[in-house]
Amino acid sequence: MRFVDEFRDAEKAHALAAKIAALCEPGRQYKLMEVCGGHTHTIYKHGLEDYLPESITLVHGPGCPVCVIPMGRVDDAIHLASQPDVIMTSFGDMMRVPGSGGSFFDANAEGTNIRMVYSPLDSLKIARQNPDKQVVFMAIGFETTAPSTAMTMLRAAAEGLPNFSVFCNHVTIIPAIKAILDSPDLRLDGFIGPGHVSTVIGCRPYEFIARDYGKPVVVAGFEPLDILQSIYMLMVQLSQGRSEVENQYARVVPWDGNLVALRAIGETMELRPYFEWRGLGFISHSALQVREKYAAMDAERLFQVPGVRVADPKACQCGEVLKGVLKPWECKVFGTACTPETPIGTCMVSPEGACAAYYNFGRMNRNRVAEAEVARS
Amino acid sequence: MTVDHDHQPGWIGEALAEHDQLETEGRTQLPLADREQQVLDRIDRARRRRPRVREERVTMSHGSGGKATHTLIEAIFLDAFRNPLLEPLEDAAQLAVGGARIALTTDSYVVSPLFFPGGNIGDLAVNGTVNDLSVAGARPLYLSAGFILEEGFPVADLARVVEAMRDAAAAAGVQVVTGDTKVVQKGKADGCYINTAGVGLIERDGALGVARARPGDAIIVSGPIGDHGITIMLARGELDIEADICSDTAPLNGLVAGLLDAVPGVRAMRDATRGGVATILNEIAKAADVGVLVSEDAIPVRAEVRGASELLGIDPMYVACEGRLVAVVPGEEADRAVAALRAHPLGEQAAVIGRVRAEQPGIVQLKTAFGGTRIVDLLVGDPLPRIC
Repeated sequence: MRFVDEFRDAEKAHALAAKIAALCEPGRQYKLMEVCGGHTHTIYKHGLEDYLPESITLVHGPGCPVCVIPMGRVDDAIHLASQPDVIMTSFGDMMRVPGSGGSFFDANAEGTNIRMVYSPLDSLKIARQNPDKQVVFMAIGFETTAPSTAMTMLRAAAEGLPNFSVFCNHVTIIPAIKAILDSPDLRLDGFIGPGHVSTVIGCRPYEFIARDYGKPVVVAGFEPLDILQSIYMLMVQLSQGRSEVENQYARVVPWDGNLVALRAIGETMELRPYFEWRGLGFISHSALQVREKYAAMDAERLFQVPGVRVADPKACQCGEVLKGVLKPWECKVFGTACTPETPIGTCMVSPEGACAAYYNFGRMNRNRVAEAEVARS
Repeated sequence: MTVDHDHQPGWIGEALAEHDQLETEGRTQLPLADREQQVLDRIDRARRRRPRVREERVTMSHGSGGKATHTLIEAIFLDAFRNPLLEPLEDAAQLAVGGARIALTTDSYVVSPLFFPGGNIGDLAVNGTVNDLSVAGARPLYLSAGFILEEGFPVADLARVVEAMRDAAAAAGVQVVTGDTKVVQKGKADGCYINTAGVGLIERDGALGVARARPGDAIIVSGPIGDHGITIMLARGELDIEADICSDTAPLNGLVAGLLDAVPGVRAMRDATRGGVATILNEIAKAADVGVLVSEDAIPVRAEVRGASELLGIDPMYVACEGRLVAVVPGEEADRAVAALRAHPLGEQAAVIGRVRAEQPGIVQLKTAFGGTRIVDLLVGDPLPRIC
């Protein structure tokens, strides 16, 4: 298949793996964080770690949209969906995320009407078909999905649709990366930068990581060769003692981002003073809320949202996993109490969550291709 | 207001209590790789425990054919009805009646939309039951048909569905010999649901069953996977994707007869419906306590199905087929089996996709086209599209 198979070529991967292995200084350990959950998914789905030498560890970052949603927000959403004459719409990933009393699937079994949509625009179709209902879109995700929520709001405003609103849970990536860089218990050597987020915000926002923290960043695409090449680019920088922002995904990511998308977000949404992230706690200016101008489309203004704070179960170590301090399997409840079937933590829900990716794809002994490669040469 | 789970009843508290029991050996200061293996062993033990349904109500996940369905079947149905004929949980039960060996199966059809490219609920209801009998090694003979109709359902649509059933039955060489009709109030059903049951005669010696898989056996699929599931997803019209794909709904009795004639030593066959090929591979690994290693490169998938799956972020390995089977045959008979399947129009693209092995029992591994390895596990519920 064109534009896919080229990026999954095993021969090219073998060649890159040998070059990466050759750049490793003997005795040095490298920890590289892939920020984005999409990358985590690709890494496990294609078995990419088989190509890496023992000394390179990939640390899974906080960029999985459903993983960072705290339990209290899920409870709030179910509360909204339980109001009379409300239809809630949500991305499929969100349906199994547990709140304190169960997930959206469980809520539906109790009588709510939460429907899965593929695009926020589908919510408008539902709103038009159900003029006597309020259709609330459960908006989640980073800068990747925020523009589509914004465009949906603009479309609804242009149509004068009176019964569509947004429960806004959009978050922004930079404050989360900063929180990780400032976290005392983690030592990272470099970042595989998020690809889709960067198509919107561009590469400039990462410059502080290279400049102030001295860590190289390579913005990467989502095919396995993209990621392998990005690891190679990071290793080249590290071997030369450089720390710069480089763009491996230039075929999609413009250096300055997408101004149209940014304007749409800016028109409809503004930064919240603070927002709670699952596992990372409250981070200031890390999330978006609906602007006053669009108050009629803000579910938080239209309804009483209880704003329940739900403490994570004590045994749940999603926070440490999201920060990359713990590998998924090192969490106390991984795979026994917390499984994809009965997820306690969000990391176990989405296929992009580090725990679910490891449980579903990586739960086995690995034979590393890279070492075989070195042995062969 | 804050809610603290650790002091609350409910399933999280229960799960944690169970976890504490498993943790008895405690955490040791073994090297990293050994600790990882220790955790994997503990997970393996946890997975072998008796399944429990934690949900208070049935959710859509319980109907997906994945882990949640298995849990429901084992914890609720198997527990209540337990008997040696039911216990293998094969596609059809194999019974001895008055000297004859027969296979008995039943299946309900609730597909939406009712009409889709390549067929409708009527073809599906006949072919699905014919296939469940065929892969049990039986010659399908007679079917029953039960209809649950929603008030207001167009009679013309019902006639189309029944015509399709008539034609499918003729093509498969079976007769619909008994039936039932119920009508429910508008809104209590979605147009038309059909249940069919079927009996077939087992004329060959030699038992079939996924528990018979042995290390060294070859695993074969009879053609490209995922056509039906992707066709239905696109036919629902929610995705705004158009592709030239049809459902693969077809009766497999002819194909199966050809395979069994050529390779009488076939160990097991399954038709890859809900849960797709991945679910069957897991059933083989679990029932026979063997490892399964398949190669992504070897699995036939149409370009349209692959494309749609890539766009939706789902894996064709989990997508339903309605006219494909997975067969386990002794390794040395693999070539003969593939040749026999390819000799039939429904098996033209049959291929060996992997092997049964002794290592890593209970686990299905995939050698990816990229050259890495990963696990292929059961899904919990339906494959959910990813966000970005």
